[in-house]
Amino acid sequence: MMPGVTRSTLSTKPRPLDPVLAAASRVILGKDREIRQALACLLAGGHLLIEDLPGVGKTTLAHALARLLGLAFSRIQFTSDLLPADITGVSIYERQTGEFRFLPGPVFAQMVLADEINRATPKTQSALLEAMEERQVTVEGETRQLPEPFFVIATQNPSYQIGTFPLPESQLDRFLMRIELGYPERGAERALLAAGGQRALADQLTPVIEASDLPTLQREVTAVHAAEPLIDYVQALIEASRRDPAFQHGLSPRAGLALLAASRAGAWLDGRDMVLPDDVQEMLPFVARHRLRSTQGTGMARAEDIAALIRAVPIP
Amino acid sequence: MSTRPAEALDRGAAPWLFATALATTLPHAEHQPLWLSALSATIFAWAGWLWWRNERLPGRWPLILLVAVACGGVLFEFRTLFGRDAGVAMLVVFMAMKLLELRSRRDATVIVTLGYFLLLTHYFYSQSIPTGVWLLSTMTLVTATLIRLHGGAVSTPAATLRYAGLLTLQALPFMLVLYLLFPRVAGPLWGLPQDAHSGRSGLSEQMAPGNIANLALSGEIAFRVRFAEPAPARGQLYWRGPVLEYYDGRTWRPQPSRLRPPQIEALSPALAYETTLEAHQQRWLLALDAPGTLPGDLTLDSTLTATNRVPLTQRQRFSLTAILDYRFNREEDQAVLRRNLALPANANPRSRELAESWRQAEPDPERLVQKALTLFSGASFAYTLQPPLLGEHPVDDFLFVTQRGFCEHYASAFVVLMRAAGVPARIVTGYQGGEANPVDGFVVVRQSDAHAWAEVWFAGRGWTRVDPTAAVSPSRVENGIAAAMPAGEPLPALIQLRSDWLRTLQFRWEAINNAWNQYVLGYNPERQRELLGRLGLPDADWRNLAATLAIICGTLLLAITAWALYQRPRLDPAARLWQKALHRLARRQVNCPPWETPLALARRLEDERPALAPAVLKVVDAYLQARYSGILDDLKKLRAAIRRLP
Repeated sequence: MMPGVTRSTLSTKPRPLDPVLAAASRVILGKDREIRQALACLLAGGHLLIEDLPGVGKTTLAHALARLLGLAFSRIQFTSDLLPADITGVSIYERQTGEFRFLPGPVFAQMVLADEINRATPKTQSALLEAMEERQVTVEGETRQLPEPFFVIATQNPSYQIGTFPLPESQLDRFLMRIELGYPERGAERALLAAGGQRALADQLTPVIEASDLPTLQREVTAVHAAEPLIDYVQALIEASRRDPAFQHGLSPRAGLALLAASRAGAWLDGRDMVLPDDVQEMLPFVARHRLRSTQGTGMARAEDIAALIRAVPIP
Repeated sequence: MSTRPAEALDRGAAPWLFATALATTLPHAEHQPLWLSALSATIFAWAGWLWWRNERLPGRWPLILLVAVACGGVLFEFRTLFGRDAGVAMLVVFMAMKLLELRSRRDATVIVTLGYFLLLTHYFYSQSIPTGVWLLSTMTLVTATLIRLHGGAVSTPAATLRYAGLLTLQALPFMLVLYLLFPRVAGPLWGLPQDAHSGRSGLSEQMAPGNIANLALSGEIAFRVRFAEPAPARGQLYWRGPVLEYYDGRTWRPQPSRLRPPQIEALSPALAYETTLEAHQQRWLLALDAPGTLPGDLTLDSTLTATNRVPLTQRQRFSLTAILDYRFNREEDQAVLRRNLALPANANPRSRELAESWRQAEPDPERLVQKALTLFSGASFAYTLQPPLLGEHPVDDFLFVTQRGFCEHYASAFVVLMRAAGVPARIVTGYQGGEANPVDGFVVVRQSDAHAWAEVWFAGRGWTRVDPTAAVSPSRVENGIAAAMPAGEPLPALIQLRSDWLRTLQFRWEAINNAWNQYVLGYNPERQRELLGRLGLPDADWRNLAATLAIICGTLLLAITAWALYQRPRLDPAARLWQKALHRLARRQVNCPPWETPLALARRLEDERPALAPAVLKVVDAYLQARYSGILDDLKKLRAAIRRLP
């Protein structure tokens, strides 16, 4: 649901992250909706996959969010010769003390931007993906906790580009949501061309909230009420995805949980303390598309098939 | 032939349509000309291939050519495009060809409609239990296809079939009520062409060596009988058919006769029974010898054969009586006696010579009969289904050369000998014996029980039955043909003597079929009257019937509706109120598809119906609050908001 469109009286609470949304949309022009999805993903405690062409503002978005939320930010540019140790860190021998000292890799940050993740080899990809799943890194037999909160935004070039190792489905499932940025609208692009230097603008942003507040907000999100009929609806959608001949296989139970979590975050961003079918319908494409494979061709599910799925399932 | 995308047919519906087309046409392959089935199969394969490869369907001209070829073929084969066979053939080809223009929902609907119609046409050919089962399940498939067309791919095939099955089950009570109460017409509703009955085997009106032996190889049922009392012994069961008096040296034929009523003296009480004859296209009946009183339409001709007014073109039931011990025409016309002494002048000289010598030695007719029977019971005569071929003088050849034969050989030889010896004699054809089905108690008489025996006339005793076959093979008469056959002779599996499970199974199946014939197919106007009388509607005219029908169907509908309402998922009160609000909005031409969220509806109305939007938004808010917030609400707000809807 787009903020401000509906005049429903249900959204009674102040919208706590509206300032973040407003500030970010001043940096990434014309992408309010995508910023909202990214925030929702973060609030639901999941990792985000952004898939699009280079140069549409993926990095800027990650950067701006990190600044606004007061998160320690690091960026890993994935290349084909990147090694797992380049991500997790290495132990080096210190001559003075005669001991090995661990130099943490870039993954030890609150917000990690994994740029062009499908350019690296599967071995390196899996090092990051394991860190995402476990929220800890084991190097040389020693397990080290990653900072809290820990949030990965991975960007991916469309897989038809050359020199890419596409992520397998099981790895894609670790991303709570997947969004596309796309080209800006004409007006937004005009403003972008006129102003220029959005990256610099992002660097000047000041935190709106403290990083230490995020866990509290995430707890609030999990407390948003999902009523019986709403859970029925989520279940009906998942079951329909399993029967739908447009997809090779249906959504997993984990995808169902992800859908519910994302819907809660969406409702919370709207200032509601209950999830509505609208939230589920809004989040479904971002939660489901990268988890489903189309039966037409080999790629992931098509957006129109997801829209058709929504239209095929009556709201209980 | 472009279609709007909304009407385009989704690819996944095609297998359903193929299955429908196949299931509704396939059984017709049994009675259709081979080229027609081949043409349909080719079109099926072609359409399937195009669908599989996702290729373009043929254009208009190939289709027109195909239609022309099919129509031409049907016209050439049947000499007409109308009538049952040609009409059904056209429908089958059209069904296949429709698969070649499966483009829109409309085309699919045509297939489904045609499918329902084709279901009906199968009853022109068969009304047996397997046909009924096949068509009932095919109807379920057609209904499932219809559901799939309208519901899209949301449900699994199994769920769609289950739903269609449920609909079929719900239709069953209505079917039963209509079947029992709908005013019935005597005979079929539309006259079926003669060819419906062609190809039936049975006794024919003449007898040449080999006729009956061929019948003996058929396990088909000729008629079924139910006796009111215990059935007589097998040896007494002579089912009398046509009597053959004219002999040309090879073939026996009936003699067209004046209608002089036969004279019967009963020496035993009449035995009542009910017989159900399969259609055999002849006027005569096969009544237990000798027929007693006959119901309305039947008459006895002068040779004691029960005859119907019209040929039996469908299975029919008769209530008859029989007199097992009788005297028949103690006084006989001289003309008739002369006729039964006549023999062709130059045929079978040796036999005549033999009979002549007998007569000179022994003038008493009864002794002459004994002499002939003694001859047959001699060791040199054998009973077999595979007799050697007979030459120019068949009786001579049989009596003096081959000495191996079937009932017709013995009867024929016997009558020739008797006539040559001066005893009036003739051939009686019919059936002998029958087998009691232990499951339902009906005596089943098969084509393999077909038989020929002789009748001789003694002064003072009248026409008397003599069965020469009994002399050569007593077990043929006492135990049936299977017992009489020498080991190693081929007999159909159905009539062989066995006592294994297969036999039991066959008895059961025949009993079920018989019940179906008696009670389902044989449900005629009289039976309907009888049933209605028992239901307290003794003299039901069509008005009473219609009223009863309406009342019962109405009650059934009410019951099913009540059940459906009871089974409907219990909506919680908020959802029920929301449904009410949607009904209200529908009256104002506002429709909410089931997937549209209430908020989306409210937003849509802001643009489409600004005047209505604020009131709807109030209802939406109250509804969402009540249903999704988890806070127990008393729904007062929602009710009030709905009341304020314009």
